[in-house]
Amino acid sequence: MIVSFIVNGEGVTARVTTPVSLLDVLRDQLELPGSKSACEQGECGSCSVLLDGALVCACLVMAVDAEGSTVRTVEGIASEGTLHPVQVAMHEAGAVQCGFCTPGIVVAAADLFDRDPTPTTDQIKEAVAGNICRCTGYGAIVRALESVAGERR
Amino acid sequence: MSFMIAGSLEEALTALAAGARPVAGGTDLVVGARQGKAPLPTSLVAIDRLAELTQIEPTDGGIRIGASVTHARLLTDPTIVSDYTALADAAALVGSPSTRNVGTLGGNVMNASPAMDTGAPLMVLGAVAEVQSERGSRTVDLSDLWTGPGQTSAKVDELCVAIDLPSRPARSGSAYVRLEYRRAMEIAVVGAAASVTLADDGTISDGSVALSAVAPTIIEVDGVAELMAGHLPDAVGAAIAAAVAEAAEPISDLRASDSYRRHTVGVMAARAVDAAARRAAGEEISVPVNRAIGVGASR
Repeated sequence: MIVSFIVNGEGVTARVTTPVSLLDVLRDQLELPGSKSACEQGECGSCSVLLDGALVCACLVMAVDAEGSTVRTVEGIASEGTLHPVQVAMHEAGAVQCGFCTPGIVVAAADLFDRDPTPTTDQIKEAVAGNICRCTGYGAIVRALESVAGERR
Repeated sequence: MSFMIAGSLEEALTALAAGARPVAGGTDLVVGARQGKAPLPTSLVAIDRLAELTQIEPTDGGIRIGASVTHARLLTDPTIVSDYTALADAAALVGSPSTRNVGTLGGNVMNASPAMDTGAPLMVLGAVAEVQSERGSRTVDLSDLWTGPGQTSAKVDELCVAIDLPSRPARSGSAYVRLEYRRAMEIAVVGAAASVTLADDGTISDGSVALSAVAPTIIEVDGVAELMAGHLPDAVGAAIAAAVAEAAEPISDLRASDSYRRHTVGVMAARAVDAAARRAAGEEISVPVNRAIGVGASR
C-alpha cells in the first residue's frame, strides 16, 4: 500500500505492508526521528505531531490513514533556522532533563501558543497534560512556557 | 492487511458487510491491539472523514450528534455546552488534548466501556443511538445497546452513525462528576451524571442519575425522579447518595475496592445533582464541573 502526505511542507510517499503507525513511518522511513517512540499507547505524548492542524499522538495514527494529510513534526516547528519561542524558552529555562519528552512538549506547546499567544498557567498545564516527563521536570517546563506567555502579554 | 478510507457511508457499510471493522480515532482499537487485548483486525475501514458523521445538527425534537464528532468538538460546541452540559463535562475529562482531538463519541459509545465518561451523561439526557447497516437503519436505547463490558447488542455489520438527544425542558440542567486520581489520561474510578428540572418554586420536578464504573455497563438509577420530586435541591443529597450506593454493583480492582466505589459514587452523584440543579437555576458553572467545584485530583 502506498501512502502520500505532506510533512513539514514537503510531499512524501511511503510504502507500507503492515498496519504500522504514522510514527514508525516518520522515524524509520522518512528520517524524522524527532518524534519519540515510548509508550506506543497514546499515553505519554512523546510522539506528538500536528495532523491537519490537530495535536495527535502519531503512534495511534495508522500510517495509511494519513493519506492526503498535512503533518507537522517537531522538525518543522523552527522556521528558517529560527527557533520557535517555545524552544528558546525551554532552552533558556533549562526545561530539559533527559530530553525524551521534550520534542512532544515542544509540539504541544507550539500548538497552544499558535492558537492562543497569552494562555493562563492552567491553560498551559492543560495543553501539555498529555505529555509525560519521566524525569518529573514539570516545574521548569511550566515556568518556561509561562515566560513565553508573559513576554507576549 | 486491507485498509480503506471510506468515501461515503454506503462504501463504509459495504465494507462492514464484507467483514471489515470500523476505525475512527484509533484510541481504543489501536491501543487495545498494542496492549495485546485483541489483535488489530486484518480488514479495516476508516470512517473519520465521512462528512455525514461529523455534524452536530438540530432535529425536530432535539439534536443529532454524528458518531465521528470528536470529544474536542463536544466540549466547545455552544449548544452542547449550554443545553447538554453533562456531555461537555465528560468530553472535557477524556484523556488528553491529543486523545480528545481524535477520539469520537460514536467510538466511545460502541467501545462500551463501563468506565466511559460520556455514557452516563448520554443516559440522563435520554440519548438513543442510530445504527445503520446495508440491511437498514434503527435506533437503540442505550440501556439495550450496552450488554456488558465491551459488549453491545449491535450486529457486526452495523455502524453507529449518530447519537440523538431530545430537547431539554425549561429550567433544566445537567452535570457529570468523576472521581479521579489524576487530572489527565485518567479513567473514572467512579462517575455520576445527573439531570435536574426545577419547578417555578425552586423545587425539583424531575431528574435522573446514571453511573460510571460501578457495574458491567453504565447504569441509570431507578426511582431517582420520585426521590427528588417536590424537594429543594439542597435537601436531596443524602437520599441520592444512599439510593446510588444501593444501586451500584462495583467490583474491586487495582484502582479501588468495591466498598470505596460504592461510597464514593454516592458522593459523586450528590455533587452531580447539586451542580445540575444550580445550572438549572441559571448559575454558570464552567465546563468541566470537576475543575469548577474542585472534585478529584488537585493541581
